[in-house]
Amino acid sequence: MIPAPGEFVLLIPEIFVLSMACLILVLDLFLRDNERVISYWLAQISLGFVAVITLALNDGQTHLVFHGTYIADPMAAALKVSIYLVTALAFLYSRHYLYERGLFKGEYYVLGLFAMLGMMVMVSAHSLLTIYLGLELLSLSLYAMVAFNRDAYPCTEAAMKYFVLGALASGMLLYGMSMLYGLSGSLDIELIAQALGGKAPSAPLIFTTTFIVVGLAFKLGAVPFHMWVPDVYQGAPTPVTQFIGSASKIAAFAMVMRLLSESIGSLQPQWGDMLAVLAVLSLAIGNVVAIAQTNLKRMLAYSTISHIGFLLLGILSGTQQGYAAAMFYVITYALMAAGAFGMIILLSRAGFEADEISDFKGLNQRNSWFAFMMLILMFSMAGVPPTVGFYAKLAVLQAVIGVDMLWLAAVAVFFSVIGAFYYIRMVKVMYFDQAEDDTPLAAHFDLRFGLSANALAILLLGLFPGSLMSLCRQVFGN
Amino acid sequence: MSGLPLLSFVVWLPILGGLLVLALGERFNPRPVALAVAMITFLTSLLLYTGFDQGTPAMQFQEQLSWIPSFNVFYHLGVDGIAMPLIILTTFTTVLVVLAGWEVIKERPAQYLAAFLVMEGLMNGVFAALDAVLFYVFWEGMLIPMFLIIGVWGGPRRVYATIKFFLYTFLGSVFMLVALIYLYTQSGSFAILDFHALKLGMTEQVLIFVAFLLAFAVKVPMWPVHTWLPDAHVEAPTGGSVILAAIMLKVGGYGFLRFSLPITPDASHELDWLIIFMSLTAVVYIGFVALVQQDMKKLIAYSSIAHMGFVTLGIFLVFPLMDANAGSTQGALLGMQGGMIQMISHGFISGALFLCVGVLYDRMHSREIGDYGGVVNTMPVFAAFMVLFAMANSGLPGTSGFVGEFLVIIASFRANFWFALFAAFTLILGAAYSLWLVKRVVFGDVGNARVAQLQDINSRESLILGALAFMVLLFGLWPAPLVDVMQSSLENLVAHVAVSKL
Repeated sequence: MIPAPGEFVLLIPEIFVLSMACLILVLDLFLRDNERVISYWLAQISLGFVAVITLALNDGQTHLVFHGTYIADPMAAALKVSIYLVTALAFLYSRHYLYERGLFKGEYYVLGLFAMLGMMVMVSAHSLLTIYLGLELLSLSLYAMVAFNRDAYPCTEAAMKYFVLGALASGMLLYGMSMLYGLSGSLDIELIAQALGGKAPSAPLIFTTTFIVVGLAFKLGAVPFHMWVPDVYQGAPTPVTQFIGSASKIAAFAMVMRLLSESIGSLQPQWGDMLAVLAVLSLAIGNVVAIAQTNLKRMLAYSTISHIGFLLLGILSGTQQGYAAAMFYVITYALMAAGAFGMIILLSRAGFEADEISDFKGLNQRNSWFAFMMLILMFSMAGVPPTVGFYAKLAVLQAVIGVDMLWLAAVAVFFSVIGAFYYIRMVKVMYFDQAEDDTPLAAHFDLRFGLSANALAILLLGLFPGSLMSLCRQVFGN
Repeated sequence: MSGLPLLSFVVWLPILGGLLVLALGERFNPRPVALAVAMITFLTSLLLYTGFDQGTPAMQFQEQLSWIPSFNVFYHLGVDGIAMPLIILTTFTTVLVVLAGWEVIKERPAQYLAAFLVMEGLMNGVFAALDAVLFYVFWEGMLIPMFLIIGVWGGPRRVYATIKFFLYTFLGSVFMLVALIYLYTQSGSFAILDFHALKLGMTEQVLIFVAFLLAFAVKVPMWPVHTWLPDAHVEAPTGGSVILAAIMLKVGGYGFLRFSLPITPDASHELDWLIIFMSLTAVVYIGFVALVQQDMKKLIAYSSIAHMGFVTLGIFLVFPLMDANAGSTQGALLGMQGGMIQMISHGFISGALFLCVGVLYDRMHSREIGDYGGVVNTMPVFAAFMVLFAMANSGLPGTSGFVGEFLVIIASFRANFWFALFAAFTLILGAAYSLWLVKRVVFGDVGNARVAQLQDINSRESLILGALAFMVLLFGLWPAPLVDVMQSSLENLVAHVAVSKL
């Protein structure tokens, strides 16, 4: 059966991004090196347009098209727009960084757009196949981006690790999916939910759930499947780390929602317990090990792991409130991560990576404005009001306490106190230590502007979290 | 006056003023701007006093706006007779702190003053907030400027002290957050007044009480979670110490009155022995600890802990008093009144003592008692002030320190002889460490050549210390205005805790 022409309308964002990516790929061949910036601007402009298109197409209803393989619902629209925003930030921060290192090539933005297309497909996927399709498109683009600086040894090592472990994770996920297909007889998320709904959890079902949870945990980087995260974060070029650490987390959240809550939601007690174990371990290992890091990118990698723990807490509660809280968490976390890696880019210059914690020493003396921006980002990650990180934690804790898991909430806040240590240590380094390096910051205006807007958004969302919170609530129908 | 958003004004004016000072940067002289902001805020806060209706325990000057609708969180401010005096104490102290840093702070004065102004707004917010999330935002937000004040302008071990301060208080408060969210899931609202009316079982109450206790006991600080305070005080710049002692500790005492007692009255009643034990330990044991200190700031820090022990003792004496009176609330008020007056009075006295130490430190760059001696010979005016404040610290009649201590000791006599016996130790110990400090620093022969060259306090310092001396004597001789303002709110609180929530 051929899909009705009207169904293609809902797909315009994906089609547009695909066409633009191909266009830039071809166009870039004909550009001289000094005209390369055209590719960059084309990529940014496509992000702006696709955001407009996505918003225009969203009518607050849920549409299932292409035989139920593709879904356009408010959650997809909200997550996609956040992904565009974070991707735009990632592109913005990467521009001069790549240029100064001789890596400013059109392929970077083409790969970025393809990765984003993969994320969009993941967000809107409504069948096991489309989920996997989106995931692989994202992963393959990311492997290439991690190895973008192919002559640098750490980059290729990181890419190799990422590829091998990512393939392993995909294998796990695929195995779980194949069993799910066998048990339910369908690839469609809704049909799976119907087939499994009301069935008592049998051993094969739990086995299936385990594989899916393991696959997802690998992709999210939850403990004990987190080993790749620090190495990849440290080894990849900083803009790529930023992209992986921010935008792809939003897509991963969507994948978790589609796979766990929408398809095997009836097994919530089972996967809820599994996620609880993952969450507690992530909070513990992430926060404790981050303290021992001297490299900021590694520290942020462990911090990501602990934030994933918090994200899982929201999801595992299995309530609409919890999902809304997790969504709020992932969107705000992506913004924070984008800003934090952006700060590393800001302080770096050709031949010098400011990725050691000690590189931030005395930043307040060198540039008090950006020290203040980093202060906002760090306190937000630590969850100290009045930054948005606090409300993200508040929402998640409230969801967890709402389902009477007080002990989980207590564990979470306990580890967030431990986590606060390494964030405030950054503040200590910036404000209390003497600068060793007095080179003035030589960043370009667009990077300064983007980064300031990014950090101030964290503060503003902290003062007025109401609208984003309401949006997340609405997406989940309450 | 009820038409104007006075409370928003005292919360946001200093914060915005602080940001303005920060934005003007070091190019301008930030001091007059900061002083103007602090003065306007102080004068505005006086309108809270003049417009206050003493006859009602209800919240006054209320403002309510929707803030986070999906969580039912409101921007809800309001004060009663407990919060209002504390707000005025905050605005008053901030003026003095801005003045105190006038010449002393040479490194990045704009950031320094901005931190104090932002801090002032946040502390006012803590006292004025009637919504639990809003309260928590101010409560935690307070940590950030203080963390920077100690860390940037502090002494040699400032990094250790400030990180310890931050983590200690953060650890205490996150459990309070869990308790607040739990209360929200039970009541469907974050309004503190709704929490007061909420019925709770005993187990819930005890758990919530313990969570609150962790937060407030760290802040007060009560023995045995007091160890961050001496470190923080010693390393903090003078202004930081003053704010810490005069206001931030009061936030803990305020928390007991606003949260622990009214939300969990039965658990508070059940566990009053624990608080009274901790308070008496603070009074007696910490009193002895203060006696042996060699560092002036440490001595005053320990003395603060001992005096705050009096506050918590007074607050929780309400239960033994009710028991002694067979459940009647008659006379149960006494201890609580004493505790409240002690809080305000300690704000003046400890602030003044830290300022005195600051005056000496600015000249000699030493806080060691052994480096001084015979200061009276070269700084007679200063010596007079210091002696006055030391006397007030030891509870001399005629000073504000006497009123609070006296009320608490009478209340403890009515409750239990042994409480009174231990509480009365403070009269001996307080006098011992305060007067011995004065004896070693101020009196005697000139200790060394550097003391011989000391200059007496200038007019700016006299103004600051004079203002505090005036307040100490005013409330010592005529505490009635303070007592009257608090009366109906405290009566209402006692009546509220007398009713079981089970």
